[in-house]
Amino acid sequence: MSSREKVLWIVAGVAIVVYALFPVGWIVSLSLKSSDDIANKQFLPTSVSWSNYEQILVGDAAGLFLPALRNSFGICIIATFLACVLSMFAAYAIARLDFRGKKLILSTALAVAIFPVISIVTPLFNLWRQIGLYDTWPGLIIPYLSLTLPLSIWTMSAFFREIPWEMEQAAQVDGATTWQAFRKVIVPLATPGVFTTAILAFFIAWNDFAYGISLTSTGASRPVPAALGLFSGASQFESPNGPIAAAAVIVTIPVVVLVLLFQRRIVAGLTNGAVKG
Amino acid sequence: MASIEMKNIVKKYGDGYPAVNDVSMDIADGEFMILVGPSGCGKSTLLRMIVGLEDISSGDMVIGGSRVNDKAPRDRNLSMVFQNYALYPHLSVFENIAFPLRLAKAPEDEVTRKVEAAAQVLELNEHLQRKPANLSGGQRQRVAMGRAIVRDADAFLFDEPLSNLDAKLRGQMRTEIARLQRRLGITTVYVTHDQTEAMTLGDRVCVLRKGVIQQVASPRELYEQPVNLFVAGFIGSPPMNFLPATVKGSSLETPFGTIELDAARAEKVAGRDLVLVGIRPEYFEDASLVDDAKKHVGSTFTAKVDVTEWLGDSQFAYIPYDAPAEVETKLKELSAELDADQLRTQAIVSIDSTSRIREGREAEFWLDARKIHVFDPESGENLTRDPEAGAELTRIAAEDRAEQVAQARGDA
Repeated sequence: MSSREKVLWIVAGVAIVVYALFPVGWIVSLSLKSSDDIANKQFLPTSVSWSNYEQILVGDAAGLFLPALRNSFGICIIATFLACVLSMFAAYAIARLDFRGKKLILSTALAVAIFPVISIVTPLFNLWRQIGLYDTWPGLIIPYLSLTLPLSIWTMSAFFREIPWEMEQAAQVDGATTWQAFRKVIVPLATPGVFTTAILAFFIAWNDFAYGISLTSTGASRPVPAALGLFSGASQFESPNGPIAAAAVIVTIPVVVLVLLFQRRIVAGLTNGAVKG
Repeated sequence: MASIEMKNIVKKYGDGYPAVNDVSMDIADGEFMILVGPSGCGKSTLLRMIVGLEDISSGDMVIGGSRVNDKAPRDRNLSMVFQNYALYPHLSVFENIAFPLRLAKAPEDEVTRKVEAAAQVLELNEHLQRKPANLSGGQRQRVAMGRAIVRDADAFLFDEPLSNLDAKLRGQMRTEIARLQRRLGITTVYVTHDQTEAMTLGDRVCVLRKGVIQQVASPRELYEQPVNLFVAGFIGSPPMNFLPATVKGSSLETPFGTIELDAARAEKVAGRDLVLVGIRPEYFEDASLVDDAKKHVGSTFTAKVDVTEWLGDSQFAYIPYDAPAEVETKLKELSAELDADQLRTQAIVSIDSTSRIREGREAEFWLDARKIHVFDPESGENLTRDPEAGAELTRIAAEDRAEQVAQARGDA
């Protein structure tokens, strides 16, 4: 690459990074401004203040934020786990077995994935109230599964298809039952796929707002995105922007940590060397 | 250890096309059987039916005396080496080889002992803790073999195990497999499309064409007494030359002059008009280099040489000839079926490497008529096959083999 090309690449790269990270930087900066500093008309706070974090973690807003954080983690982790396990079986069947209605399942999954959430929120709200799922963890986990499962099935079956069928046949000849071949050969090989799927599913659940705000009413099950919308300032004349920004920063952290942690695993091509190189 | 018997095995796919059609074959205990044929002849399908990865549409598969049609692969106690090795990339070499033992819940010390013994045989000891991804092609191939020999399987099945190796390594592994099989004395079925592997490894070779067995015999019998055009053209490299000929009494008129037939052959082709004569390249020679004592058993002819290939130890000359249209289409069909797209009708002739015959010139050749075969151009049947001589060759091969096995076991 000529030096001219290199410079162009760097300039373009920096431009994209700045464009993408500017809102994040802004939120971080906002979260560090004290309430009377918020309208200071500059990017950086005049003086760094931790009062917003204090407020949501131990102060007035803690009662709203901390249970929401707990709910979000609990619900999202359970939903992700269920989505992974279910989609693993579904995707295996789709990738390996020949059965009637395979296409139908895949296209239904796709249809569910693109179905607008907002159109089912109202009927779901009524149904949940009648059968007692309103404002409970399962009441959110179930709709989250409908968001995460289709995507999980699609990504996971793509990963399963990549695994050479010979691997499984070799295991069977070596004396494995179908279940043993699945558990000892296919699942370990699909690990990068499972991780990728898990992270994607977790993000989807973590980012949901529509279900979170409509199907909950108390701290018993309200997730963070919904709770953020209910923040109020210390008085009605004060804007809650600072605490909201601080909460937003806190809920971003797990996502960033997850990606950094599993980046390798997502990218790693574990099947290297399985077949001729 | 067990024998494998196939009775009228048929494999039909969903569209009704029989990939394997009415195959019956007995593989004796300890025998090395090669399945060979051009791509798409059903040899791999047949192998996969033996191991149980492919359902059998009809017929009986009997291994070690019991019918296994409905048994799952894991219950057949066979081990298989796949074309792409199918190693488990997440496991070390040790665990890869130990995998069948672990599934059988063998005790830890037995696993270690057996894996180390297998690694010893295959010279993998240094690599036991490495992952397959870090191994070379030949090492991966050996790991796959290790996984096959580590347990006491009734038979080994190989599905083109050497086709992913380079030529030199292939030669080494080929002798390795032969040595191993002789030492272990386990029934082996080996699928290949490679001539050399088929000829060198097998006790018997089964030639398949479009899912139908053409001939099952020792390599020598296949080479010297092929049943039809297909087998004759498939076995041997460079392949047998097929020349159109017209029968005139006890002699054949070919583009390369008249060939006199002996009484037995003459009788078999009597009453026919157009035939194909099969002549192996090595039955030809540069006429100037042939002993006078030998000259009278063959005929000489002059022809213009198109191309010569000098290979150091041998030399080939290509001699184009004209064939009648009907024969030419037949030959084209045959060569397409054999995966060898021959563009022109030409004879490949093996001549001594010291021969001074040069391309583009007229030269005199000598043709040894004693071993030629005459084929019916329509059915492809070999008219001059001598089944007794063929059976004798296979019997001798079986005797040699028994001796070798006894010796290999005595040494071990």
